[in-house]
Amino acid sequence: MTDAAMLQGPIGPLPVGPTARRGVGWWGVLCLIATEAALFAYLLFSYFYFAVQFDKTWLPDPHPSLKLALPNTIVLLLSSVAMWWGDRGVRKGARGQLLIGVALALVLGTIFVVVQGFEWRNKGYALRTGSYNSLYFTTTGFHMAHVVAGLGVLLMILIWSGLGYFSPRRNAPVLIASAYWHFVDVVWLFVFTTFYITPYLY
Amino acid sequence: MTTSEVERTPEIVSAADAQARPLDRIWRTAPGIAGFFSTVDHKEIGKRYIVTAFLFLAAGGIEALIMRIQLSRPNGHLLTPDQYNQLFSTHGMTMIFLYALPILSGFSNFLWPLLLGSRDMAFPRLNALSYWVYVAAGLFMYAGFAIGAGPNDGWFNYVPYSTRPYNPGLNIDFYSLGMIFLGISTSVGAANFIVTVARTRAPGMSVDRLPIMIWGTLTASAANLIVVPAVSLAFFMLWMDRQFDTHFFDVSQGGQTLLWQHLFWMFGHPWVYAIVLPAMGMVSDGLPTLCRRPLVGYSVVALSTVATMVIGFGVWVHHMFATGLPNLALSFFSGASIVITVPSAVAVFAWTATIWLGRPILNTAFLFFSSMIVLFVIGGVSGFMTASVPVDWQLTQTYFIVAHIHYVLIGINVFPVVGALYYWFPKMTGRMLDERLGQWNFWTMFVGFNLGFLPMHLSGLRGMPRRVYTYADGMGWDTLNMITTIGSFLFALGVLLLAVNVIGSLRRGRIAGPNPWDGPTLEWSVPSPPPPYNFAVIPRVASRHPLWEGRLPDVEVGSVVSSGMVLDHGRETIATTPLDGEPDLILKMPGDSYSPFLLAIGMTVLFVALLLHAWWVVAIAGLIIVFAMLIWLWPERELAEVAENAHD
Repeated sequence: MTDAAMLQGPIGPLPVGPTARRGVGWWGVLCLIATEAALFAYLLFSYFYFAVQFDKTWLPDPHPSLKLALPNTIVLLLSSVAMWWGDRGVRKGARGQLLIGVALALVLGTIFVVVQGFEWRNKGYALRTGSYNSLYFTTTGFHMAHVVAGLGVLLMILIWSGLGYFSPRRNAPVLIASAYWHFVDVVWLFVFTTFYITPYLY
Repeated sequence: MTTSEVERTPEIVSAADAQARPLDRIWRTAPGIAGFFSTVDHKEIGKRYIVTAFLFLAAGGIEALIMRIQLSRPNGHLLTPDQYNQLFSTHGMTMIFLYALPILSGFSNFLWPLLLGSRDMAFPRLNALSYWVYVAAGLFMYAGFAIGAGPNDGWFNYVPYSTRPYNPGLNIDFYSLGMIFLGISTSVGAANFIVTVARTRAPGMSVDRLPIMIWGTLTASAANLIVVPAVSLAFFMLWMDRQFDTHFFDVSQGGQTLLWQHLFWMFGHPWVYAIVLPAMGMVSDGLPTLCRRPLVGYSVVALSTVATMVIGFGVWVHHMFATGLPNLALSFFSGASIVITVPSAVAVFAWTATIWLGRPILNTAFLFFSSMIVLFVIGGVSGFMTASVPVDWQLTQTYFIVAHIHYVLIGINVFPVVGALYYWFPKMTGRMLDERLGQWNFWTMFVGFNLGFLPMHLSGLRGMPRRVYTYADGMGWDTLNMITTIGSFLFALGVLLLAVNVIGSLRRGRIAGPNPWDGPTLEWSVPSPPPPYNFAVIPRVASRHPLWEGRLPDVEVGSVVSSGMVLDHGRETIATTPLDGEPDLILKMPGDSYSPFLLAIGMTVLFVALLLHAWWVVAIAGLIIVFAMLIWLWPERELAEVAENAHD
């Protein structure tokens, strides 16, 4: 026994199971984010490809309105802030803060989806008219799908938090969900900037 | 268990003492049908991948032979143009997507934890999912072919031919949805490889001690994670254009046909490297063992593997030289395509030097590995030629390109894979493949392959276009095509000999023992076939060749396989730090589970329903998927995912 231990060199006490970001799940979500980010990069590549090929004539006239889109972007960002505040809660063991943060993120995310629904209605669900609209609805549609999936994840985090599954040590699912939610919000900034801001820049 | 364990000092015992521990009971998969659908054992999944991919190889090969009968003589009329279109497209789809990467995933799945000194992949259930989705997507795509609606526009499926006005059947819908479906398998598999190498290596296995095969598959996986979305998106856009009247590729409505080619080849070219780099890695690990010395130039080979992929992201336009792009773009991509030969040449010189400086054992595995170098050079030179824009303009769409792609894919994928099978079959099954039959197997394949594909260069130079279902006589192609057909049948005979050898040796092969080749890496330190837990104790690694320490000059010693952490409180392995490989965490591993299979079933239902526009079935599929994911992801106390003081 001791010979065996000497050959191996000293190994001190190690944590058992996923603690915060030290498990494999955290790395898994980073891979997921990388591949999803690539998907949006190709969507935006398509946008700029069309824009370069057709120049200004390709863009809708008038340019996309910011009336709903800008406030809605702020709602989504606030939702990220709420989630961040919630996951700070679980790391210091404040379950109330976790529950309120996740619930708030969930509500703000839902508002985003509803407002985005109005935005689509204002645009007449015009998926079939021209390549610009096809790409607009496909890109925002992919994003909407990611938001809805994210809301499902947040709902489960809320339920599991309510069941008291998480502690300062055992909270990997919260951090993973949180990373995914931030990603969904950050990628919206790219989509928003591309579709809503760049037309005004040239 | 009422409270989950928070911290523990791993118990270190000798390998002999570990035999008394209940590791086998903890890790063994239930026998029979229950175990078949629930196992997450990477060795089982790896073997399934290999068998399934070989079946697809056989199917794709039969399709090729039928085409070769048609083309053996001018004015052949065995096949109608439409049948020929479906055959060559299905052949390409099968070989490139359903054989070439999955076979490598199979070897990597089986070997990675054994090479890394771990007990399983980082995500065992995700591993099972990637296999089930691969099978389901393969069957989905072949279902189209079976009902006469296989892809019929070539494997790269250019628009506008593949849009609905020109291609109204279900053919392209099967292909589009099938490719999106298969992309899920590739992506989750890639993520699993990346996290496995980052987190579940044996203590002491720093990044400079990784076997080259790990570098190969890691590089390919990182690329796949980034490029697979491009092709999935392209096929999704095409499906939307066909079914929902969007206009991504419809020029009359502001679409762009070249967008398809960009998205496809942004994926397609890195994919070519993804299906050869792991195979090159297998050669870099297997060949040196058979030359009785370490690989020459380990560091430069590892770096050139990564460099090939990095440059490989920037060469996709060389598939589009004839599309009328601006000169600046052509020059840039031509330059990049020429530069990429440099890291490839590094590997070629490293292998050659390894043989030169070693004492090669001329067995079947060695023949397959070393012949790959020759075929790689031939395929590399024809690739180098077509990297030059004017040469490409002359040769594109001719049989020269067909010759090039087959030298690359058969030369750098099939030959290394068969070599790897001879090399690692003993580890997988405990028995050796027959050596005498193996020599026949090699020479038949090698002669058949070159007889079949070398003349294709000439057919191409003489102007024979690819993808023609027949041709007139008197064009100067008759003899060349007959030789090609004879060669392809000889090659097929060689593959058949391999199948005979495998089936025979499974029952009657010589017993292998743990280390039949006297190999240097960790997989040879465990019994053949390995027990369900791989390593009774987790080894500690101090060099690139743990089992050759003491015989090599200038090599660190200190690797230990005879004792180590036993980790027997349930399914466990060790997580290490990403760069240095120091112990970091005791990783609780999930047990066997039906949820991957159920999830794959849900996805299959989803894709079939999308194909048929059966929207209420789509909803049911969605429910199955959500249900399966909830079972999968629900935090488990046994996996230490639940707070220590929670009660439920």
